Amino acid sequence: MMRKAATYALLTAGALVTAFPFVWMIATALKSETEALAAGLDIFPERPMWGNFVVMFREAPQFGTYFYNSFLVAFSVTAAVIVTATVAGYAFARLEFPGRNLLFSLVLATMMVPFEVTLIPNFMLINALGWKDTYLALIVPWCANAFSIFLLRQAFMGLPAEFFDAAKVDGCGHLRFLLWIATPLVKPAAVTVGLFAFLGSYNSLMWPLVVTDSDKMRVVQVGLTLFSSDEGVRLNMLMCAAAVVILPTLALYFAAQRYFLESAISAGIKG
Amino acid sequence: MWTRILLTGVGVGVLAALHRPLIRGFDQVLAWMDGFFEGVRGKRWRDTPLALFLLSPVLVILGTFGIAPLFYAVYLSLFNFKRAPRPFIALDNYTRALTEPDFWKSLLVTVYYVIGTIPVTMVVSFLIASLLFRIGRGRGFFRTVYFLPYITAVVAAATVWAALLHPQDGPVNAMLEWLGWEPQAWLLESRGVLWVISNGRIGADVGPSLALCCIMLFEIWHSSGFMVVIFLAGLTAIPRDLEDAARIDGAGWWQATRAVTLPILSPTLFFLLVVSTIKAFQAFNSFYAMTGNGRGPQNTTQNLTVYIYANFYEFGRIGYGAAVATLLAIGIVVMTAVQWRVAGRRVHYE
Repeated sequence: MMRKAATYALLTAGALVTAFPFVWMIATALKSETEALAAGLDIFPERPMWGNFVVMFREAPQFGTYFYNSFLVAFSVTAAVIVTATVAGYAFARLEFPGRNLLFSLVLATMMVPFEVTLIPNFMLINALGWKDTYLALIVPWCANAFSIFLLRQAFMGLPAEFFDAAKVDGCGHLRFLLWIATPLVKPAAVTVGLFAFLGSYNSLMWPLVVTDSDKMRVVQVGLTLFSSDEGVRLNMLMCAAAVVILPTLALYFAAQRYFLESAISAGIKG
Repeated sequence: MWTRILLTGVGVGVLAALHRPLIRGFDQVLAWMDGFFEGVRGKRWRDTPLALFLLSPVLVILGTFGIAPLFYAVYLSLFNFKRAPRPFIALDNYTRALTEPDFWKSLLVTVYYVIGTIPVTMVVSFLIASLLFRIGRGRGFFRTVYFLPYITAVVAAATVWAALLHPQDGPVNAMLEWLGWEPQAWLLESRGVLWVISNGRIGADVGPSLALCCIMLFEIWHSSGFMVVIFLAGLTAIPRDLEDAARIDGAGWWQATRAVTLPILSPTLFFLLVVSTIKAFQAFNSFYAMTGNGRGPQNTTQNLTVYIYANFYEFGRIGYGAAVATLLAIGIVVMTAVQWRVAGRRVHYE
């Protein structure tokens, strides 16, 4: 009994420390300007000012554009990654062709290459293609990645071979089998891949920083760093912006949590 | 912007209205393509045409933006890209990097960061996961709370942390003052954390700066949740009777953990070690967002990644930046290989 109470006490203490920055962010976002600046231990606002969020968007209207850009880019990347990883994962799992394992190892090898090494050549390539400061530069390089392909290949390999044999007997070829039968069965893996693709794209900073320079092409992460380094910005407005930036990822996580945990668990155990 | 959103909405609406005939048509196209690929399927090349078709997007993208740039980076690093004729200078960029004090300082920052974050994160998350494993009710709730930082955008979370640690307005200093302690400059403090703790008895330039330690603390907070989820999954998969048997033989928590749990979890531990080391070598976002430019006070938070970024993007030294990036890549490969050799041998697979 004592041990159980101690366990809960420790976990609660840890959770409070973990959640404190979030609590403080929301509380500060709801404070008035003077309240936010009066540094002290009064964490909670006297009267929550929900209107602050409206004020923030009115004072920094460019955030609307940033959000539009971020969502457009993140959703395009997510959709593309799910498609490319599904078809490639299926090809690596179910098709027979010479050099399959060699090609697959080559794909996996790209996972080891640090992003910084390819940053400079990719920047020059984007310039050469004339894609600087366009959506193409933000989207196309991220439309495929080795980890997603790996995860979906594992998922397809986990399906019983009888499924495919049965479909073949009924006259269903690879493509139709893949789309109508196999893909619905690997939904948890596909959702996980989509979630990671969305988070990776939405949260990325260095690439958008390098390939965009006009304000109308900025994404939220870059916008937020600009906003926070702005001398005149007020603390409660900054926290409003941070909260608004965090919100979509949280919403998405809660929506996809069930599938995500399912495949994270199996990925973690298999290593 | 609103017209764009409206147009997108109209597009989705049209698609929704027409989706049935579209799906039927698409199915027929697929059937026709299946027939085509079945027709060209040969004895020797088997599914190659279909495989090429399915793999083409991946091969084009990964080849163009993943593999080709690797070779191009090495090529670029052999030129003095800053001056107009861009002369070939062979390995001069590399010798310059290796004799440049800034390079070694950045490497030291990266090493501090790797050593300061990974062991702590692994121990903390293992302890949290062990505690979570022992409770029934509320496990999902606590797991979600601990996982929250991980899904939060680094930039937004770092902005919040920078405000928390603000020397004048931040609540952390307010807390210290309330406790009667000296307030600190935190992210603006270039002097060493050891100097701060020892009240000036240890030199100010020994060890990582306080600013760097703040970033490490942030990273520990930010990435523990991921490890907690993975550890918890690993713990759940261990057969209960093994631990019970150890307990009946009189083993305490630590003994049972060391003799039973950790060996069984060793593949998970190893996976997390390799992945998080690679990630730590590449850390950039938290550095950039917490200090405003990544370099921090007196450049004491400039790690190799920030150094590459600054050289390439701020100073236009493309060849030199590529050389440092290549060195970093070699470092990561060597590091991973060492881990495979040293730790990989002790990994215990069933």
